[in-house]
Parts: sequence; structure tokens; C-alpha cells
Amino acid sequence: MSLVLTEEQELLRDTARDFVQENFPVKAFRELRDARDPDGFDRKRWAELCELGWAGIPFDEAYGGAGLGYAELGVVLEELGRTLAATPLLATVALGGGAVALAGNETQKKEILSEVCAGKRLLALAFQETLHFSPGVVETTAVADAGAFRLTGTKRFVLDGHIAHTLIVSAKSEKGVGLFLVDAGAEGLTIERTNNVDSRNAATVTLAGAPAQALGDPARGGQVLEVVLDQGAIALSAEMLGGIQESFDRTLIYLKERDQFGAKIGSFQALKHRAADWFCEVELARSIVLQALRAVDTGGDDVAKLASAAKARSSDVYLHSGEEGVQLFGGIGMTDEEDIGLYLKRARVAELTLGDGGYHRDRYATLEGY
Amino acid sequence: MADLETFRADTRAWLEANCPEEMRKPMKAAGDVQWGGRNREFSSDEQRIWLERMSEKGWTVPTWPEDCGGAALSNAEAKVLKQEMRALNCRTPLMSFGIMMLGPVVLEYGTEAQKREFLPPIARGEIRWCQGYSEPGAGSDLASLQCRAARDGDEYVVNGQKFWTSEAHLSDWIFCLVRSNPKASKHDGISFLLIDMDDPGVEATPIELISGASMFCQTFFDDVRVPVSNRIGDEDAGWTIAKKLLQHEREMLSDPAGGGSPTGARKRGTLADDARKSLGAAEGPLPDADLRDRIARVELDQLCYNATLRRSADGAKAGRGVGPETSMFKLYLSELNKRKSDLRVRVRGVNGLGWSGDSFARDDLAATREWLNSKAESIAGGTSEIQRNIIAKRVLGLPD
Ligand SMILES: Cc1cc2nc3c(=O)[nH]c(=O)nc-3n(C[C@H](O)[C@H](O)[C@H](O)COP(=O)(O)OP(=O)(O)OC[C@H]3O[C@@H](n4cnc5c(N)ncnc54)[C@H](O)[C@@H]3O)c2cc1C
Repeated sequence: MSLVLTEEQELLRDTARDFVQENFPVKAFRELRDARDPDGFDRKRWAELCELGWAGIPFDEAYGGAGLGYAELGVVLEELGRTLAATPLLATVALGGGAVALAGNETQKKEILSEVCAGKRLLALAFQETLHFSPGVVETTAVADAGAFRLTGTKRFVLDGHIAHTLIVSAKSEKGVGLFLVDAGAEGLTIERTNNVDSRNAATVTLAGAPAQALGDPARGGQVLEVVLDQGAIALSAEMLGGIQESFDRTLIYLKERDQFGAKIGSFQALKHRAADWFCEVELARSIVLQALRAVDTGGDDVAKLASAAKARSSDVYLHSGEEGVQLFGGIGMTDEEDIGLYLKRARVAELTLGDGGYHRDRYATLEGY
Repeated sequence: MADLETFRADTRAWLEANCPEEMRKPMKAAGDVQWGGRNREFSSDEQRIWLERMSEKGWTVPTWPEDCGGAALSNAEAKVLKQEMRALNCRTPLMSFGIMMLGPVVLEYGTEAQKREFLPPIARGEIRWCQGYSEPGAGSDLASLQCRAARDGDEYVVNGQKFWTSEAHLSDWIFCLVRSNPKASKHDGISFLLIDMDDPGVEATPIELISGASMFCQTFFDDVRVPVSNRIGDEDAGWTIAKKLLQHEREMLSDPAGGGSPTGARKRGTLADDARKSLGAAEGPLPDADLRDRIARVELDQLCYNATLRRSADGAKAGRGVGPETSMFKLYLSELNKRKSDLRVRVRGVNGLGWSGDSFARDDLAATREWLNSKAESIAGGTSEIQRNIIAKRVLGLPD
């Protein structure tokens, strides 16, 4: 598959850009933050986004989806990343929806995915238990109970956990690690939103014998989870790419505007060279993210490696972009009023979400056999 | 498209019938790369036969016109040929500055007579070319070059010195930037001249490098008489051609498959395997976590770099041109190759510290020398700092 956008994808990008700039500008994100909005996202705008069919991009038409792929989902996520838009797209579509599509039985897929596509149901994937990303660690237990299960344990850093209608929780039963559906209103379930540095949405989820249904085969959850997390890491990398590009573009404009010593600061060679190196990093990040998105669609056996390559890259480059941005804006970069700092904050959180550079290099080395 | 598939089938059949077994094995020694030239030597009969068959077919320079030694293939056909050669592991039959750098500018700027005189011997590997750009006082600031060509009727009289001329002592001809008009501004008084190294007054003396190799020369010109018909393009208009050639050079230097870099072919073999051996480590994660992370970093960087090359090629195919980005490729790849060469020494422990003698394996010694040689990557063909200047100005539009 070509690593440049097709005409249809370009059209989608242009539409997405207009829509996002209009409905999800950085200003809107600031307003949510400053109003301490309990949801942390805008339900009305989200409904409009779903009307465009974005929540159904990667899902089968049989479930009301668009029958497209990650290449297209990536296009949209990148545009959302550019304006730091707080939407449930990643958690509901890539993580939660991805898990249902891969693990669910036909009834579950029909019920859940069609509501996701229609914008009527929000999902969250609750898998992480440790402070450092380590998805293999699952202490949460699932005990069989009258044809269903009861779950006990604690999940951290559950993206969009506080707004989800349905949680998909990893837990250990006697059959191994499985994925389970837990209703947001279930007894024994406590969800506490955490207020993170990027002002985006995550929660701590505590389960005390909460009733749950197995999502598909409860013995296959571990395998599915690995695939879902790879796809999620790739989707997140696409969002991060948007933030990377935007922080680079904004800084470049500033270099051409700001005068010191009677010259544009962009004429100083020390800054030119930093910009040139940074530019290379942005371009490399873009290439690997595009390749990884397409690998999901073609279903090659290199998805895991490319997921790690893309997430390692975007993690490192996004943080670098935030840091360079703040430094090159000078004092103004330290103010809350200037947007560049928001990208630094998002970069910090996105870096640790679904594994940072160190995690993914380690994983890549393991996959390569060293 | 159907035609292209027929071409693919024919090409594969021809390669299978004509590429000797020996020429389908990975290159091992520097001598396995054939650079051509009057004094060329073949490391085996197969190498000679392979070159003869390929040049007969016009496939050493597949896209060049037939009367210039090529096969007039379209870009799409040339790509198919490349793919099929790769599929059968066929070695590149001939590598040269003539093919990669001079040829394309002669095709673009040369007269018909010049094309027919200079290009076929390049295609057949009979004449080896070297590059006479840099001088002691003109490196990054190439346009300040002083080597003088004074017009005398139908001839130029050339006097001066070139520096860093790679492989000049093994080359037959040199393409030179000379100052034909000392009164014009520095970019406007330069001409592009082709000079036979056998001419009286030309002398090349090798320079020893930190790696111990002597692949570079100082080249001296003392009253060398060059016919005006050996000038490519107009008098004093050589700078445009010079820059164009540099772009071809950068493309060559940024081909991850090794392109024109003879060492490229040797750069395979995995760092992890070497590390495992020298650490005496069994299966599983390498016990040296720092080394392991460094290996993963360069491998991932390479992956991202390759994806970027692919994206650029896909972009070109979709009609989005390749321009000054070649500077990005040159910058990134040369810095990456330096890190790789450093690692290749690092994974060997003290076995990476040898200079000569039987107490070290040949691979170990080669790695050490290669590490030193690799330092040139970010200097030759325009230094990394110059590439950053170009990106800042031409790609990012930052002000002077
Ligand atoms: C392996 C190798 C092969 C070569 N082969 C050939 C050949 O075949 N033919 C040929 O003609 N030449 C050849 N060269 C020469 C090569 O092109 C020059 O070495 C190169 O252009 C740098 O010039 P210089 O050595 O004079 O360094 P200088 O230009 O003196 O540079 C010294 C340092 O100053 C920095 N610098 C210079 N200007 C600037 C600037 N404007 N901004 C920031 N930093 C700057 C450089 O980056 C470098 O770090 C070769 C060189 C090498 C190492």
C-alpha cells in the first residue's frame, strides 16, 4: 500500500481538517478545561462527529460502520491531534471497539458495535494495573457465577473510564486471561476520574465482585489484548503525529515572526539547525505512522513490530517537539496563555499511554529475538 | 500494465539464464565491487562475464538512450529490473561516479556529440571517472574555488589543485569545476570541464586517512591543455550543472541499499548476533541492557528511514516531486550510519580495538577501520551542517 494518501483519503483529510478547526479548536479544549467540565468532552460536538460516521470508520457495514480502515481512522485522528481535541474516539473506537470486533461473538458485535457506530455507546478498555505500562500483569480476578462472572481488582489510567457506558476489563479466570464486559452502572464498581496534566480523560476503576459477561472466549483474552493494544498504539501514534506536526508548524511560524538583535530569530544558525533536525524527526515519525496504519489494514505479520516502531517514535518525537517548542518560544512559551505548552503536556501523557519509547524498544528487541 | 508484466517475466528469464551463480552471492570483499576503468581488474571470470552481458544488454545504465550505452527503459521498467535483480540477489555489475553522477548531467546538459563520446564507455565500464570539485581553500564554500582555466583559442589551459579527489589515482578521467572567469562574481565564473588524467601536467598523489586507507588524492594541474569541446554547458555557466550533480550525489549517498557506497554491501550481518557472540550470551534478552537499547534504536531508526524513502518514492509516483528533501536523506542517513559503525565496534568489546595483525579476526579489523571511515559520511558530499543549512533555507524557508 502506498505511503501517501489516496485521493479519497485526501478528501477525507480536508473535510476532517475543516470540521475539526471549526468544532474542536484548541480554544474549545481550553474552555472544557477551565470550566472543569465533569465529562471532559463536549457531547454535542461528539454527536456531530458521529454523524459524519467517524465512530464507525473501521467497522463493518453490517454493524453500521463505514467499512474503511486504520489508514482512514489515522487521517481523522491526526487532525484531532492537531487541535488537542478531547474526544472518546481513541478509547471507544480503537481500544474498546477494537476489542469487541476482535474478541466478541456475533451477538455482542452486533449489539455493541452498531451502537458505537451510531454514537450511542461509549467504551473504555480497562487493562492497566501497574504504574509503568506492563499489560502482561493481570491480577484482577474473574470468578464464574451462574453463567456469568464476578470481577475483583483495580485498573489504573483507564482512558475515558468515567464516561463509558461499557467497560472492557481484562481479568484472570481459571481459563486464563480473558476480556469481560462490565456495565457502567454495575454493583461493586467504583469509577474515579483522575485529573491529569494534559486535562484529558482517564479514571481509576475499582471492581469488588462486579458482575460481568465474557467478551467472546474467556480463554483468548490475553492474545486479543495484545493485538488490540498494538492497534491502539498505532491509532494513538496517529493522534500524536497531529500534535507533533502542529507544534512544529507553530514554532516554525514563530521563528519567522519574532525579532531579536534586529533580526528574525529564525535567521540564527543555532536555531536553524535545531529546526532542521526536528524537521527530519517529524518526517520520520510521519512515515512510520503511515506504514503502521496501513499494516493494520493489510493484516501483515509485522503489525506488532510496526506498532512498537511507531509508538516508540511518536513518544520520543512528541515529547521532543513539546520541549523544543517551549524553549524556542522563550518566556512566552512558559505562559498558560500560549498554546505551545498544551502540546508539551499532552506529549507527556501520550508518551506513557500504551507504552513509552523505552517499553517499545525493549519489546521490539524481544520480537527480533535479542 | 500487461506489457510491464511481460517485461518482468522476460527479465527474470534473462537474468536466470545469464547471471552467473557466483554473482548471486553477497559481496564479501571490497574487490567484489566492480568500478570499471582502463586498468580495471576482475576478481573472477564470472564478474567479467556478468559485466559484459549486462552492458551488452544496456542494463548497466538501463534508462539511458540506446546510442549512449543504455536500453532506453522507462522508469517503471527500470524499477522492475531492479526488483528482479534483487529477487535473484544479482550483484550490481558496475558501480561508478560516471553512472551515478556524471552521466545524468551529460544527458541533461551535454551536446549530442558529447553524449555519444562520453557515455558509452561509462556504460561498458571502460572509463572510470572521479570528481574534481573540492580544493584546499574551497570545501563547504565550494563556489570559492580557484583552479583556473584560461581560454586559449580552442583550448583551455588549466592550472591549480583539487583536494580530496576520491580514487583519483585509479581513475581515467576527472570532471572538474574550474574558474573560467576570475572577474565575474563567484558563482558566475565557473565552468564544468572534462579532463583526461593521462594528459601531460595532471598528477594525483594519495593522502593517508585516519583509517589507514588512501582513497583520496590531491590532484595537481600544471598547464594542462583541454579542448573547449570537453566543456559541458556554456562557458561560465557551470555552477548550475555543479549543483545538479550534487543532487545526484546526495541521492546516491542516501540509498540505504548501499547505492554508490561500496561499503554498503558489506554493512549487513546483525549487530545483535555479533553482540550475543562477544558477550557469550545464550538465548533471550542480551544481558547488556544499554547495548541492547542502542541496537534497537539504530534498527528502529533505519526502519523509519526506509519508510521515509518509500514514502518519498510513493509521493514521486503520485506526482509530488522530490526536491531539497534529498538533503534530509543525506543528513539523516550519514548520521545514522556513523552510529551504526560505532555500534559495530562497540558490540565486539576489545576485539573491536584492533588495528592489524593475526590476533584479530578479519571482520573485527574491518569493523574498526569502517568505524573510522564512517566519519567521512557526514563530511563528504556536503557536511551535515551544510545539509542543515539547506533544509532550513530551502525546505523550511527560514530567513538568512
Ligand atoms: C570521504 C570523502 C570523499 C570525498 N570525495 C570527494 C571527491 O571525490 N571530490 C571532491 O571534489 N571532494 C570530495 N570530498 C571533499 C568534501 O566535499 C569536502 O570535504 C566537504 O565539502 C567539506 O569541505 P572541507 O573539508 O573543506 O571542510 P570545511 O568546509 O572547511 O568545513 C569545516 C567544518 O566547518 C563546518 N562549516 C563550514 N561551513 C559552514 C557553514 N556555512 N555553516 C555551518 N558550519 C559550516 C563544516 O560543517 C565542518 O564541520 C570528499 C570528502 C570526504 C571526507
